[in-house]
Amino acid sequence: MTDITSLTIAAARDALKKKTISARELADAHLSAMERARSLNAYVLETPDVARTMAARSDKRIAAGEAGPLEGIPIGVKDLFCTKDVRTTACSHILHNFVPAYESTVTAQLWRDGAVMLGKTNNDEFAMGSSNETSYFGPVTSPWHRKGSNTPLVPGGSSGGSAAAVAANLCLAATGTDTGGSIRQPAAFTGIAGLKPTYGRCSRWGIVAFASSLDQAGPFTRTVRDGAILLRSMAGHDPKDTTSVDRPVPDYEAAIGRSVKGMRIGIPKEYRVDGMAAEIEKLWEQGIAWLKAAGAEIVEISLPHTKYALPAYYIVAPAEASSNLARYDGVRYGLREPGRDIIGMYENTRARGFGKEVRRRVMIGTYVLSAGYYDAYYLRAQKVRTLIKRDFEEVFARGVQAILTPATPTAAFGIGEKGGVDPIEMYLNDVFTVTVNMAGLPGLAVPAGLSSEGLPLGLQLIGRPFDEETLFSLGEVIEQAAGRFAPETWW
Amino acid sequence: MSVDAATVRRIAHLARIAVEDGEVEHLRGEINAILDFVAQLSEVDVEGVEPMTSVTPMAMKKRIDEVADGGYPETIVANAPASENGYFLVPKVVE
Repeated sequence: MTDITSLTIAAARDALKKKTISARELADAHLSAMERARSLNAYVLETPDVARTMAARSDKRIAAGEAGPLEGIPIGVKDLFCTKDVRTTACSHILHNFVPAYESTVTAQLWRDGAVMLGKTNNDEFAMGSSNETSYFGPVTSPWHRKGSNTPLVPGGSSGGSAAAVAANLCLAATGTDTGGSIRQPAAFTGIAGLKPTYGRCSRWGIVAFASSLDQAGPFTRTVRDGAILLRSMAGHDPKDTTSVDRPVPDYEAAIGRSVKGMRIGIPKEYRVDGMAAEIEKLWEQGIAWLKAAGAEIVEISLPHTKYALPAYYIVAPAEASSNLARYDGVRYGLREPGRDIIGMYENTRARGFGKEVRRRVMIGTYVLSAGYYDAYYLRAQKVRTLIKRDFEEVFARGVQAILTPATPTAAFGIGEKGGVDPIEMYLNDVFTVTVNMAGLPGLAVPAGLSSEGLPLGLQLIGRPFDEETLFSLGEVIEQAAGRFAPETWW
Repeated sequence: MSVDAATVRRIAHLARIAVEDGEVEHLRGEINAILDFVAQLSEVDVEGVEPMTSVTPMAMKKRIDEVADGGYPETIVANAPASENGYFLVPKVVE
């Protein structure tokens, strides 16, 4: 029998229904795989007791014929989602001992539908990073190695623990959040599927906030179909998040296998950036050929403000972060460091509690919002954001149904290799993904091939607002053509 | 635009982050690198462009103004570094 940790959600769902495996067996197999893979540092907290209790409940419901759509499916949860009575830290020292008294809406919906929590996954501190190296709990090591090399690689970030856990079969799926690429970039680096839904599709309630106008939760899965299955449970209107949208949640799985014949797919010329690796260019051409072969119509398009998305992001995101992170003051929860007076207490708490990258971004955000600079930076960036969104709207108005781009400019890099001297070097990882957050659109990263060094490379599909279904249909076409990619177990 | 050491200290204080003398120069360099990077936005013509205020066009939903939750102070202060009788304790604020 194949190892049950390598099943897809769809296959596990069938096996559970036919009772060839039990939820308890599935949970136990994952818990021991997690134990063996501790050197990857994908989980910052394993919750075996919770997992076994939830799995036992799932087995009862399956026996009673009351199984939910995700009954018994073991899942990893990014440590940015508040989980009731289970430590939630955002991988920051400042929240090192925070135990929420409530459950995030997205995870509550997963448990409602029968999913089983295995533990909390590692991420960049407050989701600020593209390599999972800023975590208070240390970096995550990717399950992938370059051919013939043992150099430890990053899984990408910020949701690096979730991506590594899914790729290494330490869960069947995981939740992530994506503010500038934090689901799609790690998915691409680890050879799995990752979706950032349309802004407003999933509730942000109970998710530790980074940049509220950009943050969106989404699934990490080993197949596109599994992503469709998971999104249906994660999505939906929530009165507790005023930006969550009140529209029906479709059966996304029904979009898998739907014909893409005659679909118009845009290829944006501005994404052919200077110095793009030849193999990324080749991968993109291959993706175009696959979609063409499936009957899609390929059209060249222009998104003229693309190059301004990343600089505008590095004003908007830190500005919102500086405001959101003002709540960490050592009074109501988390770390408190004494000081001469109350201001000294705040300043010492935040200096010791936040890591380097977070301190830097909070300071940038504070600066661009400060008196005299607001118009020059923040207001201008929000105007540029309008232009970025307008670029997409004009393309969609001309009948383009989705856009195909590379997911990342390179394959995964080594731990400690990037961003040490110049922070911008790390930020450039998100050059293809950040536009999607700025415009609030859905984006799906799909594995499409391997680099010459044997590392996964991904393509990104960008969709019209609330048209995740088209992305799933197209993503499935790419997955069927490209096949699936799994690392060899060395840990 | 670039920032000097005094500005770095001022921003740090506004952000309520203690900064040691030895860190200022390094932070100044990093902040200026980021400000240089975002400076390219000044070449975009934004004349007459409305700033984005809502990602998805929608009217803000309003709930009825009534108490919908609460009544459990012990839970609220459960994570507090210091609390007493359902209150958060802080260092002396008023002399």
